[in-house]
Amino acid sequence: MLHRTIHLFRKELRLHDNPVLLAALESSEALYPVYILDTAFLTSSMHIGALRWNFLLQSLEDLHKNLGKLGSCLLVIQGQYELVLRDHIQKWNITQVTLDAEMEPFYKEMEANIQRLGAELGFKVLSLVSHSLYNTQRILDLNGGSPPLTYKRFLHILSLLGDPEVPVRNLTAEDFQRCRAPDPGLAECYRVPLPMDLKISLESLSPWRGGETEGLQRLEQHLTDQGWVTSFTKPRTIPNSLLPSTTGLSPYFSMGCLSVRTFFYRLSNIYAQAKHHSLPPVSLQGQLLWREFFYTVASATPNFTQMAGNPICLQICWYKDAERLHKWKTAQTGFPWIDAIMTQLRQEGWIHHLARHAVACFLTRGDLWISWEEGMKVFEELLLDADYSINAGNWMWLSASAFFHQYTRIFCPVRFGKRTDPQGDYIRKYLPILKNFPSKYIYEPWTASEEEQKQAGCIIGQDYPFPIVNHKEASDHNLQLMKQVREEQHRTVQLTRDDADDPMEIKVKRDHSEENIAKGKVARTAE
Amino acid sequence: MKRAGQKVVAGTEAPGTSQTSKKQKTSLCGSGFGESEPCTSMDWGSLPHHVILRVFQFLTLVDRARASSVCRRWNEVFHIPDLWRRFEFELSQPATSYLKSTHPDLIQQIIKRHADHLQYVSFKVDSSTESAEAACDILSQLVNCSIKTLGLISTAKPSFMNVSKAHFASALTVVFVNSKSLSSIKIDDTPLDDPSLKVLVANNSDTLKLLKMSSCPHVSPAGILCVADQCHGLKELALNYYILSDELLLALSSEKHVDLEHLRIDVVSENPGQVQFHTIKKQSWDALVKHSPKVNIVMYFFLYEDEFDAFFREETPVTHLYFGRAVSKAMLGRIGMNCPRLIELVVCANGLQPLDDELIQIAERCKNLTAMGLGECEVTCRGFIEFVKMCGGRLTQLSIMEEVLIPDSDYSLDRLHLEVSKHLGRMWFPDMMPTW
Repeated sequence: MLHRTIHLFRKELRLHDNPVLLAALESSEALYPVYILDTAFLTSSMHIGALRWNFLLQSLEDLHKNLGKLGSCLLVIQGQYELVLRDHIQKWNITQVTLDAEMEPFYKEMEANIQRLGAELGFKVLSLVSHSLYNTQRILDLNGGSPPLTYKRFLHILSLLGDPEVPVRNLTAEDFQRCRAPDPGLAECYRVPLPMDLKISLESLSPWRGGETEGLQRLEQHLTDQGWVTSFTKPRTIPNSLLPSTTGLSPYFSMGCLSVRTFFYRLSNIYAQAKHHSLPPVSLQGQLLWREFFYTVASATPNFTQMAGNPICLQICWYKDAERLHKWKTAQTGFPWIDAIMTQLRQEGWIHHLARHAVACFLTRGDLWISWEEGMKVFEELLLDADYSINAGNWMWLSASAFFHQYTRIFCPVRFGKRTDPQGDYIRKYLPILKNFPSKYIYEPWTASEEEQKQAGCIIGQDYPFPIVNHKEASDHNLQLMKQVREEQHRTVQLTRDDADDPMEIKVKRDHSEENIAKGKVARTAE
Repeated sequence: MKRAGQKVVAGTEAPGTSQTSKKQKTSLCGSGFGESEPCTSMDWGSLPHHVILRVFQFLTLVDRARASSVCRRWNEVFHIPDLWRRFEFELSQPATSYLKSTHPDLIQQIIKRHADHLQYVSFKVDSSTESAEAACDILSQLVNCSIKTLGLISTAKPSFMNVSKAHFASALTVVFVNSKSLSSIKIDDTPLDDPSLKVLVANNSDTLKLLKMSSCPHVSPAGILCVADQCHGLKELALNYYILSDELLLALSSEKHVDLEHLRIDVVSENPGQVQFHTIKKQSWDALVKHSPKVNIVMYFFLYEDEFDAFFREETPVTHLYFGRAVSKAMLGRIGMNCPRLIELVVCANGLQPLDDELIQIAERCKNLTAMGLGECEVTCRGFIEFVKMCGGRLTQLSIMEEVLIPDSDYSLDRLHLEVSKHLGRMWFPDMMPTW
């Protein structure tokens, strides 16, 4: 029996490698491609800033166009998802709802509700996974039922698993011909809204354009352009990587405009064919694997995106300092390296991963000792590729709350910048007020004399803020706090730690065991 | 930032009425053991002392304190000296610190009833001066005690450094004079001075085995020399470079002196170019190693890049090297030339030049190297693999941040980790930071 199907696009905003859409087409006589724009639902689970709204709407517009080329269209229906479904199941005599399977708790709940609705109203529900390289359950199974909690262990498990799931075939016009499309009138009624329709104000336009078409173009450019060597080599030698990338892909993976499986196999083909010296650096595939790692851990860890009740996360009494958090968020820390990064983030919605490391370390374990959850929320709002599990996972990593244990290595906000971009061009671009400072001073302008500041046309404390912390003092103090926390919660630490390959850690362990002998059992208070 | 101070029920008084204690006995016996009525000849309260003592030794202090108010016998056991040999006083200001704090009543009790039982004592304080002063006050009251181990631990600066020298010295004097059998002292980051060391030596020279006094700016080379001259059983010493002298090394190598096992030296500069570092003569180092062939010599460097000139110009028997802030390429070159006993090397930061040559030389000449860590530096993949090949399986710890490795025409990072794993004889990955 052929169905009358609503296909719900949720996070797979694309036509290529879309297994559940393909399954929908193969099993239906009529197909309604729908995106339910439930703003209340979306914003209750994640902060979404103007740039990301815009990216989303562009992606929907692109999806609509591409469906149009195949003889169909996208229907964007606004409203609470359950009400929308109830309404249209009836109106269109729907017998099947297909949707992409996602692992975030709020999406899982949505799917469960739709299942219930299906039982009530009498329609079938079909969902398939396509957001990750592997079916997560396979990874969990190979690791004895629980997620590998270190990246190294994860890589080891993957080496046993073999290749990821293969992308499904592309859709054709024939697929859509067999299957009746929605009436043209509906498309007019449910067109993709414009930003102003949703009252989204745009202060600046991001150089990143949303949508599958753009994503695929970038993918092609990425793979054919030998310039991948320059774009992925460590930015300390090539500062251009800090600038908005013309071949960057992370927001497209995050929105589902690009399939990770497609990308993985395209890369693998290149590895297989090319002479080894023109191989793309492993960081390209690495990006996908890191993504997979965090998805896997998140899928099986309760309360993954917060500290409280999160079994793998250190419970730390971070400072509550609204003023300093605000200054970090709005690029007023007085450290040009940090402020330039936060400026680029706000203006364009993307920053290089090393830049993310710098500002995350500064906010949390390095300088301000503010909770990673606050940083995570800011990234959610501003980053185009903000992804529920990946964002949380990375923030826990960078704050040394989980996964990362070389807490003695704190990035210096002056030195890190200097090593990455010695001339300071990045600073000059995003903080034009500082552009006349010579490279010698541009990362620490407060060290310039009054005369030099006058010459640069920027008085520190007046035109640009003083640094909000003394980095050495703050980081020394924080190091002690972190040491204390890790001592007290050593069991949690061990969960996400590889056998120590780090002599510094061994040294730290040795010191502690000496102290422990002196302390003895008596001093060990309740854990 | 706040955390409630630890609430401890100090078992100062015997339980009230016998009815209360019977009730408590019942609840203890009733739970989990199926007895509904206490048998007076076989209840928990009448276990022999040494049995209860054994059980108590497994409990935390809080649990023991609670148990001590159950019945008279348990209360007696709570106060048996054996349970008060080791104690760590945790002192912090609840308003500003989230560290735990030992309850003042408990502190009073210990001073009153258990001061003379204390043998292994430490004080853990937060950054506030009040906490450090409280520690000194407690120390001053430990008059009738025979402490063997003393540790003063600041979890954050400045704590003890802000206590007045006089107050600090007089507190230490009480312990130094009265204990007479101190064997292990950890007083890093304190206003310790030469006269206090003299008092220490005068009373404990036969028993002192371990002295850790890094970052004690009031001690002079003469002060520590006095310790080395008199305390011939000293096995472990930690101090700052500026008080290290040729005379000290020779004193530690005198015939009367036992073998030194562990010497830790911190080389610190607060502001660039502030300090001129003296050199230690090769003969002094030679004498030390001749006298104590197995000694670990551990050096921590926190210097700016152009301050390393004085070091490692001649053969130096250092075994563990940590460069916390930065280290120059030239210095690493000299280490390869002159540190044949090197076992562990950790470099947190270097410049932008690849360290291939320096590492290869280290692999060649430091045949005892088993552990290495590299932070913000650069090494080409080819150079790194060469290094690992030369060291082979003796490298039991190898920690390199992925960003350190520069891919070149021979190796990508992917191939590199397989090559390295092969040479080490185990699965190895660099330390990776997430890319997203």
